[in-house]
Amino acid sequence: MSKESSLPLRLAKGFARFWWDFLIGDTPEIFVAVVVIIAVTAMLSEVGHFNTAAIVALPLLAMYALARSLRRAVRQSRPK
Amino acid sequence: MFVATSVTTATFVLVGAVFLASCVEMVEALTIVLAVGHTRGWRSAFEGTGAALLALSALVAAFGPALVHVPLNVLRLIVGGVLLVFGLQWLRKSILRAAGLKAKHDEDAIYEETVATLRAAGATPGRDRLAFVIAFKGVFLEGLEVVILVITLGTSAHRLGLAAAVAAIAVVLVALCGVIVAKQLSRVPENALKMSVGVLLVTYGTFWVGEALKVRWPGGDVALLGLAAVWSIHTWLAVVFARYAVDSPLKTKNA
Repeated sequence: MSKESSLPLRLAKGFARFWWDFLIGDTPEIFVAVVVIIAVTAMLSEVGHFNTAAIVALPLLAMYALARSLRRAVRQSRPK
Repeated sequence: MFVATSVTTATFVLVGAVFLASCVEMVEALTIVLAVGHTRGWRSAFEGTGAALLALSALVAAFGPALVHVPLNVLRLIVGGVLLVFGLQWLRKSILRAAGLKAKHDEDAIYEETVATLRAAGATPGRDRLAFVIAFKGVFLEGLEVVILVITLGTSAHRLGLAAAVAAIAVVLVALCGVIVAKQLSRVPENALKMSVGVLLVTYGTFWVGEALKVRWPGGDVALLGLAAVWSIHTWLAVVFARYAVDSPLKTKNA
């Protein structure tokens, strides 16, 4: 294979890198949390009283995810 | 009457999110274009900007209508998930900046850095390829995030034309401001704008993930206002707690 990648390969790599930075970047915990939130809400649809539970759980879980990520950032910023 | 209120609420949130997000990203792009223009001349800066705007318009034209054919629930689940991730990232960043835990976005520093890079490269004979590429990349990369928001928000709300028009207005307004204030872009309250956009993105994200999973929000689209209010309060509390954590005895003791 030549040292210089072909244009389609470079474009594909650039495209993949853009989406990686866009969705994951330096906060993979947020991406994982959103996947879990969607899964939990989807599972709630299988049980009774789903609507009330989902209306409360969906925003609360997202807020909890943000709070956890912020807590992690604050702890990391503290000198050891 | 109720339907009219719902449409107005959804449209209001859509317009606000697209307009503010476009302004934030375009201020960043404009900083780079101004640096290129002042250092290497305006011709290459404008050519690079024009080419990037054309490429971005082509992306909207190509992917926007194609997404209309995706089933609405699938589209809203994907879009809602992406908006939640993106919105939470923006909120996290702006809360940390407001609390002083992260350096505020410094447009002056970006300007100086770009100018230094261009000066170090020296003059090139003929067409200024470097200036063109830097202006193109700056506008294209910052604009790509706007395009994703325009396409996702626009198609999911069946308002792609409106979303694109609002983004275009924001681009023109930021460009006019750029002409007036020249390189004093550091005065733009970027963090406050970014925080507002973050609130709107997570509001839409939460709403659409719920809609896609058959959640019946009380009041229909009007629930967007309630969600926006809840997210605003949460953000304010997060800033207060983050500031408190920064000033807490543990930090001073260890500092």
